[in-house]
Amino acid sequence: MEIVTFTEVETFVQHIPEVTAAGVIIKAIIILAVISAIAGFGTYIERKVLAFMQRRLGPMHVGPYGLLQLVADGVKLFTKEDIVPQNANSLVFKIAPSITAATAFIALAAVPVFPDFTIPHWVPLLGGVFVPSIAADLNIGILFVLGMMAAGLYGPLLAGMAQANKWGIIGAARTAIQFLSYEVVTGLSILAPIMLVGSLSFVDFNAAQAGGISHWLIWQQPVAFVLFLIAGFAETNRTPFDLLEHEAEVVSGYATEYSGMRWGMFFIGEYANMITISIIAAVVFLGGYSEAGIGWLTIILKVGFFFFLMLWVRASWPHIRPDQLMWLCWKVLMPIAVINVVITGIVMMV
Amino acid sequence: MGLEQFKNRNVGTQNYKMLNLGQSPEKGLDKFKQVVNRTFKGELFVGLWVTMREMINALFRDNMHTVKYPFEKLPISPRYRAIHDMLRLLESGHYRCIGCGLCEKICISNCITMDTRYDENQRKEVSEYTINFGRCIFCGYCAEVCPELAIVHGPRYETASEQRASFSLFEDMLTPIDKLNLQQEYDGFGAVSPNADENIKKTPLAY
Repeated sequence: MEIVTFTEVETFVQHIPEVTAAGVIIKAIIILAVISAIAGFGTYIERKVLAFMQRRLGPMHVGPYGLLQLVADGVKLFTKEDIVPQNANSLVFKIAPSITAATAFIALAAVPVFPDFTIPHWVPLLGGVFVPSIAADLNIGILFVLGMMAAGLYGPLLAGMAQANKWGIIGAARTAIQFLSYEVVTGLSILAPIMLVGSLSFVDFNAAQAGGISHWLIWQQPVAFVLFLIAGFAETNRTPFDLLEHEAEVVSGYATEYSGMRWGMFFIGEYANMITISIIAAVVFLGGYSEAGIGWLTIILKVGFFFFLMLWVRASWPHIRPDQLMWLCWKVLMPIAVINVVITGIVMMV
Repeated sequence: MGLEQFKNRNVGTQNYKMLNLGQSPEKGLDKFKQVVNRTFKGELFVGLWVTMREMINALFRDNMHTVKYPFEKLPISPRYRAIHDMLRLLESGHYRCIGCGLCEKICISNCITMDTRYDENQRKEVSEYTINFGRCIFCGYCAEVCPELAIVHGPRYETASEQRASFSLFEDMLTPIDKLNLQQEYDGFGAVSPNADENIKKTPLAY
């Protein structure tokens, strides 16, 4: 089994120019703007893909092929009345959506989004500033991202408990159940690739898989890949694990009493999380943006594939009960993840 | 066939086809085996394939089921009874109505109002003709009774209106003279049946 040592990684990264505060701020603004736009656009894509899979057309009337539906939705969300229920804990009720949205974007700080570039010198004020691919290349990158996404579950939890609504309470309880179930699997499943690469930084993961499809970690860690995908679906509240706000059972779960832009922030957070999970899966298992020259294209294709997979699964599969989720995560996935880690360790020692 | 088999209410004794669903496992090992079987059976991927197949069919094989309603409409039965049409004679372009007043007489909700007079050629001409669509129940008697196939039920089923009772005038329902060549002969409610010629008997003169 091929293991990339630290010296190799350093030779790979040493030609990168110095990262300045201006570059990081520009990167943060780019991430905020672009991911918000993509998250909004994701709702359009989701509606379209679900519609096609049900032999419908989806949104068609606002703009060409319904492309401006996104704008119409935004106008609607911004102009809706902001309702805080009478018996709700209004402070927590108002804070909760920002927690979801903020943690989703904080998590993106340590994830490589778009390749690095230098602003041309003819641009006034900012000419020559190097914009890195990662806003903050932490040495604990993956841990930070997973931790932030886990902290994001405080949003649904607090929202459900603050709104004085029984469906909200059930949604909050399911949040706790789901959080306790999948988080162990996420950590353990991604531990095996971390052992192979020997680093927690996404840049190192990317460098370790440079050299074509055969170097992708999915071939060495197929079990970990599947486990991480399952846990990732649970982490982003996607079907088949969308217990938190399953309309058929608990009205809208934790989001029952929310409307307007507060509800919209939950939505943006959920879609940003979907993008984050897609990027992690693409970088850790599918080689990231390591292809020379066309890395920017391949990472977009990979992230797009995972995003499409989430919509595809939502159109195809029914969702499971909370007790089945706990049974699945604790009795099936966690033992498999532990066995996978042990086998990986044994193979690495031998 | 008598009614006996339908009067038998003893559910379960009829000729039902029983499905063999097997027994749900009780021991831990059997449960585990069931889980493993279901996991590696690939049914989940069958589900994924079904949705993907439908998407490909809808997008590339023209199997999209959406009707963009205000712009596209599904064909409706010729016997559908919607807003009335007044037809014209194809040769002369004159309206077919002869002012006999049968539709006004037979209308059970009294929504048809008509007035006639003699024109300069001593022919009956319709001077006033309105249908109160706030009262019309679209029973179709007027179309059925009309001896000239002049008043028929058209296919225009969007009857929502800004007024509670909207009256329709004769001219509104009449086929526009410049669209006479597009006038469809009505084969629905009250029309002559296709085998009308066979059904006609010689009128007995002995009355």
